[in-house]
Amino acid sequence: MTIALETQNLEKTFGGLRVTRDLSLKIEQGARHALIGPNGAGKTTVINQLTGVLKPNSGRILLEGQDIADLPVHKRVLRGLSRTFQINQLYPDLTPLETIGLAVSERLGHGGDWWRRMGTRSDVNGEIAELLTRFHLLDVMNEQTVTLPYGKQRLLEIAVAIAAKPRVLLLDEPAAGVPESERHDILAVVGSLPRDVTVLLIEHDMDLVFSFADRISVLVSGALLTEGPPEQVARDPQVKAVYLGEEAVNV
Amino acid sequence: MTASSDVGFHAQRQARWHYGEFAFWLVVLACGFLFPTRYLIMTDILRLALFAMSLDLILGYAGIVSLGHAAFFGVGAYAAGLLALHGIINEPVLALIVAGLAAMVLGFATSFLVIRGVDLTRLMVTLGIALLLEALAERFSNITGGTDGLQGIEMQPIFGEIPFDMFGKAGFFYSLAVLFVLFLFARRIVHSPFGLSLRAIKNNPLRAAAIGIPVNRRLIAIYTLAAFYAGIAGALFTQTTAIASLDVFAFERSADLMLVLVIGGTGYLYGGLVGAVVFRMLQELFSTITPQYWQFWIGLVLVVIVLVGRQRLHRWVLYVPNLVIKQVAGRKSVVAVPESDA
Repeated sequence: MTIALETQNLEKTFGGLRVTRDLSLKIEQGARHALIGPNGAGKTTVINQLTGVLKPNSGRILLEGQDIADLPVHKRVLRGLSRTFQINQLYPDLTPLETIGLAVSERLGHGGDWWRRMGTRSDVNGEIAELLTRFHLLDVMNEQTVTLPYGKQRLLEIAVAIAAKPRVLLLDEPAAGVPESERHDILAVVGSLPRDVTVLLIEHDMDLVFSFADRISVLVSGALLTEGPPEQVARDPQVKAVYLGEEAVNV
Repeated sequence: MTASSDVGFHAQRQARWHYGEFAFWLVVLACGFLFPTRYLIMTDILRLALFAMSLDLILGYAGIVSLGHAAFFGVGAYAAGLLALHGIINEPVLALIVAGLAAMVLGFATSFLVIRGVDLTRLMVTLGIALLLEALAERFSNITGGTDGLQGIEMQPIFGEIPFDMFGKAGFFYSLAVLFVLFLFARRIVHSPFGLSLRAIKNNPLRAAAIGIPVNRRLIAIYTLAAFYAGIAGALFTQTTAIASLDVFAFERSADLMLVLVIGGTGYLYGGLVGAVVFRMLQELFSTITPQYWQFWIGLVLVVIVLVGRQRLHRWVLYVPNLVIKQVAGRKSVVAVPESDA
């Protein structure tokens, strides 16, 4: 089995706080891998290190066998590693058409074109149209993003990540904050991602995790607690203690 | 229409010329024939407009604030002055381009300092660079003429054919031609994927990087280009007034430019042009009414603009023209209002 994304002995500290502790993860090609853990376990910090927003103190990050730990954010994207954000990171003034158009242009290497107008490349237009249709955004493609309902913005957030045609996709709580009525679209979209795309999902919603993931890693206080197929993780007494136990307390 | 061609159509929506834009440029051209006694002030407005357009490229599109844009204006002005004074390049258009390139080199070199940090850092760094250059120009008075400035500049005819006349007619049409060409160029650029990526960076640099945009490289590119534009504006200043003195680097020049864009709005290219006209008109008007206190009234106008909101003002101003245009050319051709101004 080939490994799509791997971390080796990843360490990250904020001041005296160790937020990632000797983390070694292996995510197989085409996997539906979920990373779960209680609040403050350091899940998003891991994603930020994988994508290059944060620099680890030590350890290696391998994308398809190549060390990417020293690459800046945009170069990792061009290597096929793309993400969504837990809190939408979109362009408030731009339209979905422009947002996706830009992502497609960048991937095809047209992003630096300063003479040719937007919308004059048929290959780019075709892809934009396909993505807008697939993510139910065609009817709002000319609206400013800031005016869109939250569910649509969430779809756009995922569409932008997909527009980069990632081979490894990191989904940071894709359904977070989406009202029940709009949830279905998001789940359908996440469920219909092509099988050759490797997905690492960070999620609090256990229904989504167990219906989606074929492998689960549990992170507690920045360290890997356990890892395995969903049934095994669900039965693990340690997981019940630290993770599900915490949920029980919340209730 | 298929979804794909539909997308292409809408993606080019902003890049298409509106009737209002044609009207705008026709009016500007007509001014050159209607007010033959006012060439000097009108040329001054054109220079300011070009200078403001330069700031708009970095501020309105890429979100880079600057309080030292006069640095590039000054370098362009002195470069054009020195080229003409020492007879290095006599042909004005060529000299203009070379002066622009000189400013561009400075823009590229300083861009690495400017792209770092947040707005406040950028304000201080740009301000510092402009002050530094002003001090250097004063120190090396053997080259720059110090506080006296460059004197005795004699401009040769444009393309060796059209001489600069004492009424400023040639200077006006020359400046207008330069402004228009550079406007077309800027207009083309802001509607390209590159231009759109600048707006994306301004909106959200984190996301911009996360879709593969090389943020720093794009910012360096636009900052360098804006320096070229500002340099050209400075060179036009020297060429049309035949003087270059230390005040080309002055802080007031950079600060005025911000006011121009506050009046005209950013991020749609016309902001600098409209702002320059309104700013100079207000200046003229108030200094005629009250020579001592005109700055008070300019200040008051600015406060009103910021409080009421430019978009609302634009809607009032454009109400009648749009009414006419709607009758002639249909509903969709109304004059564009900047969309990023709230």
